[in-house]
Amino acid sequence: MNGEAALALALFTPLAGTVLIAMSGQFPNLREMFTLVTAVLTFIFVASLYPLAVNEQVVRLELFSMIPGVPVAFRLEPLGLVYALVATLLWIPNSLYSIGYMRGNHEKHQTRFYSCFPIAIASAIGIAFAENLFTMFLFYEVLTLSTFPLVTHKGSTDAVRSGRVYLGILLTTSVCFQLFAVLWIYALAKTGGASGTDFEAGGIFRDALASNAVSPAVVGLLFFLYIYGIGKAALMPVHRWLPAAMVAPTPVSAFLHAVAVVKAGVFCVIKVIVYVFGIDTLKLHNLGEWLLYISGATIIIASLIAAFQDNLKKRLAYSTISQLSYVVMAGALFTPLAIFAATAHIVAHAFGKITLFFAAGSVYTAAHKTQVSQLDGIGRRMPWTMAAFTVGALSMVGVPPLVGFVSKFYLLNGVTESWTGASGHFDEAFVLVVIVASTLLNASYFLPIIYRAFFKPLSDEDRKHPHGEAPWPIVFALTFTAGLTLAFFFWQKPVLALAELVRRAAV
Amino acid sequence: MEWVHKHLPALIIMVPLCMGLVTAIIGRRGAGWYMAMGTTAATIAMAIQLLVNVLNTPGQSITYMHGNWPAPFGIAYVIDPLNAAILVIVALIAAIVTMYARKSVASEISVGKLHFFYGLWLFCITGLLGITITGDAFNLYVLLEISSLSTYTLVALGKDRNRRALTAAINYLVLGTIGACFYLAGIAYLYMATGSLNIADIAARMQDIYATWGTDSPQYQKTVIAGFALMAVGLSLKLALFPLHGWLPNAYTYAPSAVSALLASTATKVGAYAFIRVIFTLMGVDFAYHLLRTDVALLISSAAAILFGSFIAFRQTNVKKLLAYSSIGQVGYITMGFALGSVTGLTASVIHLFNHALTKGGMFLALGVVAYRVGNTKLQSLAGLGRKLPFTMGAFTAGGLGLIGVPLTAGFVSKWYLVSACLEAGRYELAGIVLVGSLIALLYTWKVVEVIYFGKRADDAAPMREAPLTMLVPTLLLIGGSLYFGIDSSLSAHIAETAARFVLGGTP
Repeated sequence: MNGEAALALALFTPLAGTVLIAMSGQFPNLREMFTLVTAVLTFIFVASLYPLAVNEQVVRLELFSMIPGVPVAFRLEPLGLVYALVATLLWIPNSLYSIGYMRGNHEKHQTRFYSCFPIAIASAIGIAFAENLFTMFLFYEVLTLSTFPLVTHKGSTDAVRSGRVYLGILLTTSVCFQLFAVLWIYALAKTGGASGTDFEAGGIFRDALASNAVSPAVVGLLFFLYIYGIGKAALMPVHRWLPAAMVAPTPVSAFLHAVAVVKAGVFCVIKVIVYVFGIDTLKLHNLGEWLLYISGATIIIASLIAAFQDNLKKRLAYSTISQLSYVVMAGALFTPLAIFAATAHIVAHAFGKITLFFAAGSVYTAAHKTQVSQLDGIGRRMPWTMAAFTVGALSMVGVPPLVGFVSKFYLLNGVTESWTGASGHFDEAFVLVVIVASTLLNASYFLPIIYRAFFKPLSDEDRKHPHGEAPWPIVFALTFTAGLTLAFFFWQKPVLALAELVRRAAV
Repeated sequence: MEWVHKHLPALIIMVPLCMGLVTAIIGRRGAGWYMAMGTTAATIAMAIQLLVNVLNTPGQSITYMHGNWPAPFGIAYVIDPLNAAILVIVALIAAIVTMYARKSVASEISVGKLHFFYGLWLFCITGLLGITITGDAFNLYVLLEISSLSTYTLVALGKDRNRRALTAAINYLVLGTIGACFYLAGIAYLYMATGSLNIADIAARMQDIYATWGTDSPQYQKTVIAGFALMAVGLSLKLALFPLHGWLPNAYTYAPSAVSALLASTATKVGAYAFIRVIFTLMGVDFAYHLLRTDVALLISSAAAILFGSFIAFRQTNVKKLLAYSSIGQVGYITMGFALGSVTGLTASVIHLFNHALTKGGMFLALGVVAYRVGNTKLQSLAGLGRKLPFTMGAFTAGGLGLIGVPLTAGFVSKWYLVSACLEAGRYELAGIVLVGSLIALLYTWKVVEVIYFGKRADDAAPMREAPLTMLVPTLLLIGGSLYFGIDSSLSAHIAETAARFVLGGTP
């Protein structure tokens, strides 16, 4: 299969899936089959792009021009492929998990639920392979809107209120900041202030800055607009939408708000750093140092908040905010090796966090429990679930042999790369302190849950309500992702090959 | 056929004018609608043919002389890419809304007045088309009055449903007449200075007058400035530019549903067109923007319209009024575009004229379905209708997304051009205002969308079916159009840009 066809199929298969799912609402088994088939096919099409990316072939697809001169176009690119592979791979276990969860909890409007998912995936793929700034913005917005019905799925007052926060923050930041930056760059490109509007290794401002066609202050402002325009990266203080989105059914929180949506955020941040501004440019003109401190602060503050959350999903959400800023902080070091680490962490966090959410949903389905304080002794009743939870939690802390260790290892390498031992390296010292402190904090809010689950006795109240494991699709899905967390420690080559390409593009 | 082609510019006005008269006399009971429908269908064919003709004409301008009287003496109709595009917009919306009007109007107006209604309906359309096509400043006033007088009456016909339509109509009548008088007085001043009423002729003679202003004996300086000021204020009233928008909310709210849709998508648009014509063709950019700095006043008004209009919309509890205030905000986008005076800015104006006509027209039609099925348009009446009227409410929501300017809707294309124009001109604060305006649009749209989809319908509410096809199809046509031109704007953007280049090229 040639690359263009694979790219087009990866984009359109989910959309075709949406149509089929919407039409087969009367037959739940058929509908779920369409979901699974779509998920598997989409992953196959994305995966078939892998050899092309490793061989650095140019694969380009131009769909149409929404506005004359502003095409909607896609181009295969290693960082995007990493994100797309993670998203489509995890969609498969998540589809299985959804079936167990939605049926187990007798949720309503399941057809709407299953129809919205593929649109979100298609927009994730669109973001991943966007060739220009406009295409990325376009699919970024479609992703926000297509996930809104999923977040407000329950339709309760609480869901509506959370939906408002979700849409409010994501649209405000993207329209006021990102769209502004996009339009500004398009206007600059017309007058030579930027060398183009396509993503370009090394950035689009290098020549313009050298020839004084654009001032560093403007580029710095654009960088700020972009970073805060990507609200999905949940950088403080625009992180509130993520805990609010936890009102959604667990498959949505697990897949969208631990993988597809939030990874779209950090992916966009890294992509913009590498391919729009360029790490050399940012470093040379000292435009992005603030980002290092903001993301470092986000890591610590979000971890502290997580430690005080009794609601399991809320605790996981704040943990996600903190982990996302790991990626941003790695990007903000502006060194090639740190960009490499950021790419690896996108993958590492996805596997661990989806497992944790799967476990939380499994507990809710089987035992109807949502709070950490209710989990005493549950490990004996749900051994698979809590074992998977343990794997995910340890990966978050960064314990080998789990994938979380890999990315943390490279991040530390990235720090030392720029730390030559000379004095005045306050930035690097700050990053080291943040990494150590957050590792301790991660341990402090995950390990007590594991301790409770396995070592504390069941309460008297719980003894009266016996329950076993969750339905098999749920258990299967979470075991699968826990297995991936483990497997990737040993089998990291494919991802690292892509990360290496991103690193080279950053130089 | 050749005869028809030759006289197309006259026929596009004469056919609806004569048919309006005929309908008012013999279009009793159901017949009136068939006459109006046939007439508007013919009009749209003529408008499209005119646009094609103009774009294929070498100079991109056609002049038609009534009775073969040469220009300064007789009335000339001048068609160029700009007004040909507006003609198509007006004719298109008019035909689609007429299709919709049949059931909607029958439910809102007593059967004995239907022939008057459709007669006035055609007069109103005649006036709007006429303002657009005419190349004569005084003729423009006459056609403005034709459309305005029939509009006052059409608004007042909403009284069968709500008596407040009468006060709304009187209010509109008073302010509309003041606006028309201002315009007429302005024409008189210009006539004093130039001795002509033909737009092209005045424009040519104006150049001679401007030439004397730098010298020791400037001619007619105060006369021309006073004339332009009067025309500008009069037209601002007509297009409901903030703060001269007072007549609009109630007129739109209490008019029959079909009338609201027609007015919202055509009347203010034609007003904006006339304003563009006066500034760019009649007076010239140099005079209006560089000498008098009208652009500053316009930009301030536009920014205020965008912010206040949208914000007041958010506070409404009657959805029809909410849309009316939203229109005031949207007019701000149109005026801001041409106030920037650049090709991109004027393109943004023209494309937003079209996009907003489709979007807002479609939303008013969707709301008309609610009025038809529920009986009123209060926010609470829409609770839970997302399940009862899935297509209509889906269309309303898609329209709302267009007002916000979400990508893949026509509203986004407009906003893209407008913000680009602001940035090109280095007006970053205006770009910011446009973007903040879309967020306020998000607020008021979401206020309604939440009620539609998450609101609870009363348990004892009567069963309800989706809209009748003759109402649903026009609604979906307009909203579908707004989505189509959001996904592929090559046609609309091309025409808008051609029009903008033509108008600006004419005044170097």
